[in-house]
Amino acid sequence: MRLTVEATSVLVEILFYVFATLLVVGALGLITARNPVYSALFLVFAFINSAAIWLLAEAEFLAIVLVLVYVGAVMVLFLFVVMMLDINLAELRRGFTRFAWLGWLTACAVIVEIVGVVWTHGLTGIDVSKGFVPEPASFSNTRALGEVLYTRYVYPFELAAVLLLVAIVAAIALTLRRRPGLKSQDIARQVAVRAEDRVRVVKIAAEKRS
Amino acid sequence: MITLADMLTLSGVLFALAVAGIFLNRKNVILLLMCVELLLLSANFNFIAFSRMLGNLTGQVFVFFVLTVAAAESAIGLAILVVLFRERRSINVEDLNTLKG
Repeated sequence: MRLTVEATSVLVEILFYVFATLLVVGALGLITARNPVYSALFLVFAFINSAAIWLLAEAEFLAIVLVLVYVGAVMVLFLFVVMMLDINLAELRRGFTRFAWLGWLTACAVIVEIVGVVWTHGLTGIDVSKGFVPEPASFSNTRALGEVLYTRYVYPFELAAVLLLVAIVAAIALTLRRRPGLKSQDIARQVAVRAEDRVRVVKIAAEKRS
Repeated sequence: MITLADMLTLSGVLFALAVAGIFLNRKNVILLLMCVELLLLSANFNFIAFSRMLGNLTGQVFVFFVLTVAAAESAIGLAILVVLFRERRSINVEDLNTLKG
């Protein structure tokens, strides 16, 4: 059964509201969870719901990248670090509510401002109440993005690659630790060794048997 | 149909929650990093919404770069965090006062 255009539109809107609600719940859980492990898992939940919303908005490539890179790599890194460190949670939680009023006040101010701009003032030149025009079925978001990424934005793309390389080197250099007294191999010294350093031929005069 | 206003409002709510999270968890460096991730995510929502609205792929390319930079940032941030924990046995922001005059 194929849905009509209107039915699809309503379905997309319902799905958007469901995922948006779950996303906000995930974000709330992230900022109020008692344990950093739960926070990280709530953030994973928020990322998955964002990816679903991006899929609904027909930004398929970025949705997949969000799940693969963020949920698959970055959040695993976060969880790894959270579980590796032995953190005194009670000390970190002390004074949790001291500036809470300021936090909620700022949050409310930001929400009121953005909602005010978008819903009452509007944006010049753009009709915010219009929906996204659906792409034709033959349109490939990944292909279109690839075409523009490898032609017009090829230098920024290369720069991004270099940036990731720098990040790898920096992260490894920061956490690399050489313990003194560790019995590890030094390949260069092993290769450079010469026979006369290791073997000593000793000439001993023969003695008479007594 | 998802409208631009829906998307922008959702992004604003996410941004506000992330800012509130920075206020609430101001002692815990790991949670600060996670809140920064949430901030960047909310910015990405805006880029995607406007990119789809205006039919211009540049916004989505920018989201791609934001994701790259955010991944690099969190990797280095966590590396610094691990080094900090080794030095101080704590990740409390209030313990980072060596440079205080």
